[in-house]
Amino acid sequence: MVTVRVFITLKPSLLDSAGRTVAESLHKLGFDQVEGARIGKMIELHLREFDDQGVKAMCDKLLANPVIEDYRYEVVA
Amino acid sequence: MNVAIIRFPGSNCDQDALWALRGPVGVEAEYVWYESTSLQGFDAVFVPGGFSYGDYLRCGAVAARAPIMAEVGRFAAEGRPVIGVCNGFQVLCEAGLLPGALLLNEKQKFLCQDVWLRADSRRSVWTKDVDQLLRVPIAHGEGRFVCDADTLARLQDHDLVAFRYVDQEGRTTPEGNPNGSMDSIAGVVNDRGNVLGLMPHPERASNPLLGSVDGLVILRALAYVSA
Repeated sequence: MVTVRVFITLKPSLLDSAGRTVAESLHKLGFDQVEGARIGKMIELHLREFDDQGVKAMCDKLLANPVIEDYRYEVVA
Repeated sequence: MNVAIIRFPGSNCDQDALWALRGPVGVEAEYVWYESTSLQGFDAVFVPGGFSYGDYLRCGAVAARAPIMAEVGRFAAEGRPVIGVCNGFQVLCEAGLLPGALLLNEKQKFLCQDVWLRADSRRSVWTKDVDQLLRVPIAHGEGRFVCDADTLARLQDHDLVAFRYVDQEGRTTPEGNPNGSMDSIAGVVNDRGNVLGLMPHPERASNPLLGSVDGLVILRALAYVSA
């Protein structure tokens, strides 16, 4: 079995209101060095075998929305 | 005139839609389960609000790939009327039947309030005759309309913005835009004008007891859009 991790992030041009709230909360805890935070998601896929085209197709067809998101993935093991 | 109300696991405005369509709007309406693959006998499609598939992955993402949606896509491609409300709007965007996407509200809060809407598209059959401001409720956490700059320019240039959030005087202002949507966009239509998506709930403004009957202006368009 192969583990693939897909990282999905909101496009940099779009306001991440949840990320902004997290940054503000970190400020309230005294972490003044925080200039921003952005929240994405990580999806771990467990595959019988790795196939680059297949993973790309999964991202394009369902896992990420190209209107608002970028993605990348890596084979873990 | 028979309207298909699509039900996904997690749809929760389906009964409101059925009530409004059969009652005050006065058309036939029936539920269609998401696993169905046929819209035979229907003249229009209503994709209701709710939290289909628990909003897992992205709002509307999983529902947009459900079996019935291929048929909704075919139905829309024939130029027949399709309306998506709230989660239904998110589903239509995720299905690629409408441009853009809906993100978490600018100010995080789940918004449950009445808004003023201005019908802006003179091109869309849904809105071309609507010249009054409409008082309709919203109820969403993820209703901030976004799209890329090219798409926004196309929506504006081609008169595809069906509804904008406005203040009581009908002006687009930051205060009148509850969720931070680009260009105060509350609803859009596709290029052909037959597919409409909007975040506000017209079915919840369909009886004086509900505080407004303005939603009927939008829902009654179903009848003549399909005629």
